[in-house]
Amino acid sequence: MGDFFTVSVLVATLASGIRLGTPFLLAGLGETIGQRSGVLNLGVEGVMLLGAFSAYYVTLETGSAVYGIFGAIVVGLIMGLVYAFITLVMHAQQGISGIGMYLFGLGFTDLLFQKNVGTPKPIRGLGEVNIPLLSDIPKVGEIFFQHSLPVYFAFALVPLVWFMINKTTFGLNIRAVGETPEAADTLGVSVNMTRLATMLIGSTMASLAGAALALEVGIFQQNLTSGQGFIAIALVYFGAWRSYGVMLGALLFGIVQATVLQLKTLGIVEGANSSLLAMAPAVLTIVVLVIVSRRVAAPGALTRPFDRSA
Amino acid sequence: MLLALGANPITGYAALIDGAFGGWDELADTSIKAMPLLLVGVGICIAFRAGVINIGGEGQIIAGAIASTVVALALPDLPRIMLVPLVLVGGAVGGGIWGAIPGALKAYAGVNEILSTIMMNLVAAQFLSFLLQDLLTDKASGAIKIQQTERLTENADLPLLPGGTRLHLGVLIAILIAVLGYVLLFRSALGVRLRAVGHNANASRYAGMPVKKSIVQALAFSGACAGVAGAVLVFGSESHRLIAEGGASGFTQSAGFNGIVAALFGGLSPLAVIPASFFFGGMLTGGIALQQELQVPAALIVALNGIVVLFVVASLKLKTRLRAWAEAVGSEGSGGTASPPPEPARGPAGREASDG
Repeated sequence: MGDFFTVSVLVATLASGIRLGTPFLLAGLGETIGQRSGVLNLGVEGVMLLGAFSAYYVTLETGSAVYGIFGAIVVGLIMGLVYAFITLVMHAQQGISGIGMYLFGLGFTDLLFQKNVGTPKPIRGLGEVNIPLLSDIPKVGEIFFQHSLPVYFAFALVPLVWFMINKTTFGLNIRAVGETPEAADTLGVSVNMTRLATMLIGSTMASLAGAALALEVGIFQQNLTSGQGFIAIALVYFGAWRSYGVMLGALLFGIVQATVLQLKTLGIVEGANSSLLAMAPAVLTIVVLVIVSRRVAAPGALTRPFDRSA
Repeated sequence: MLLALGANPITGYAALIDGAFGGWDELADTSIKAMPLLLVGVGICIAFRAGVINIGGEGQIIAGAIASTVVALALPDLPRIMLVPLVLVGGAVGGGIWGAIPGALKAYAGVNEILSTIMMNLVAAQFLSFLLQDLLTDKASGAIKIQQTERLTENADLPLLPGGTRLHLGVLIAILIAVLGYVLLFRSALGVRLRAVGHNANASRYAGMPVKKSIVQALAFSGACAGVAGAVLVFGSESHRLIAEGGASGFTQSAGFNGIVAALFGGLSPLAVIPASFFFGGMLTGGIALQQELQVPAALIVALNGIVVLFVVASLKLKTRLRAWAEAVGSEGSGGTASPPPEPARGPAGREASDG
C-alpha cells in the first residue's frame, strides 16, 4: 500500500480521476437539465454508447476527432428527438422506455461495430491542451491543466448550467415545468416545447459524454460504457439536481475509478481481489443513494407526462 | 434494418424462422432459450404489477446460480430426486435475497429501485468473477485459470425429457412457475394486495395495507423467479458448470434484460409470457442461424429487442389513452376518471381490467 502514497502516483491518480470523471459529468449535467423539467431519461447509457460509437467511427474514417465529435452531436440530437417523441407524444412510461433505449444502443453499436469495424482499431483521440502558464505550476498544473478539450468543456459547463437553470427565463420555465406543469401551462409556458428543448440538450450531452469516453480511451468495444450512464443518473440524485453537486459526484466517482485502476496497475491488488475492488463504484452508488434519497425532494413532476386534457 | 446491413431481408428472415422453428431440434433449442426469459419474465410481471421496476434480473440470475452451485458443491452425494429440488430452491433463495435488498432499500430508504437494481447487477457480476477466480475455481484446470467451476455433481443435472432432443426438465419447471406466478398474482390474497399497491400505493396505505412490506415481497418473488432461472441455466447447461458472466455471451445470455421484453410483450400476465418468451427464444436461436447464414451479427437481436420495448411501452399508453378518449366521448366530461394519480408512471399501465 505504501507505493500508492507517493506524490507522483497521487498526482497521476487525481489527474486521471478528473479525466475519468468527465463522462459522468457531461452525462450527469445533461440528465440534470432533463430531470429539472420533469423528464427522467434512463436511456443515457444507450445514448452514450451511440455517441461513443459515432465519435469513434467518424474519427476512424475521417482521421479527425473534430468530425467525430460533430457526429456524436448529430446522433445525440436524433436520439433526443426519438425519446421526446416516445415520452412527450406517446406518453410512454419513462422508466421502461429508457431501458428500451439502453438495449437499442447496446445492441445497435455492437452490431455496427462488428459489421463495419470488426477488429478493434485504435484511433488518435484529441491531444492534450496545456493551458499556458497554469499548466507549468508543479503538481497543480499536472492535475488540473493538462487535459483534453472535453475535460475543460465539461467543467466549464458546470457554472453555465447553474446560470441557465437559476438565472434565465428559460431556466425558470424548466423549473416551473418540472414542478407543476399545470401551473406553467396556465401561464402560457409550453410544457412540451420546454421539455423537448431539455431533452435535446440532455441527449446531446449524453452523446458527447460517450464521445469523450471513446476519444479518451481511443478504442470502441462492445458495452464500452459498462454502466457509466446509469451511474451518471445516480449522480443527479447525489447532486440533489444541482450542477455543482453533480460535479462533486462526478469527481468522486472519477477518483474512485482512477484509484481502482492505479491499485491494479501498481500490482497492490491483483487477481481475484481486483474483481472485488471493481465493485466499488456500484456499491458506492447504492450507499450514496441511501444517504441522499430522503434528504432532498425530486422535481415534483418527475416522470409525470403532461396532458392538458387530463 | 437487415437491408441497411447489406443483406437480403427475405433470406434473412427465412434463415431466422428456419433456425428457430424449422424442426424438433430447433424447437427444442428455442424452448431452452425461452426458459430463462419465461422465468425472469414471470418475475418481472410480479414486480411491475406491484409498481416496482425490476431491472436487476441479470444480478438475480447470477445470485441464484451462485447459491445453487454452492448447494451442489456442498451436498454432491445426495440422490438426484432430492438434490435437483434443493438446487432449484437454492437458486430461488439466492435470487430472492438479491431482489429483496433493493426492495428493502426502496421501501425503507426511498432509494430508486431502477438504479439500485442496476447497481446490484454490476456487483453480482464482479462478485461472480471474484468467486470464479478464487473460491469456486476449477481446481482441475491447473495453472491456466479459466473462470469456471469444476463440473458439478451429476446428481444435480436436470434430467433430459424423452424425445432425443436437448430439452430438459427446466422447461417444465419454467411453465410450472408461470402458472404459479399467475395464481399468485390473480388468484391469491397476496396478489390482490400487490396489484393494489402497484395501482395506487397511497390508496392502499389508507386501506391499511402494508405497502412497504409489499414492495419487498414483490421484489423478493421477482428475484426468486430469476434465481431459479440462474439454477436452471447452470444445471441444464451442457457443460454443467457455472461459468463467467459476459453479457450476451456469458451464461446469463442477457436473459435479465430480455425477460423484461418478454414480460412486456406478454402484457405483464404470467400465462401470456409463455408464448411471448417462446417467440423471443425463437428470435435468439434464429439470430444465431442468421449470423451463420448471412454474417449478420447476433447483436441485431439485442437492438431489435430495444425497439420492441419502445414500441410496446409507447403503445401501452396509447391504448389506455384511446380507451379514456372513447369513454370521454361516450359520457361527456370524463374529468374524474382521467385525472392523473400521484405517480402514474410508476404503475404498469393498462390491462389491469382485462386480466383479473
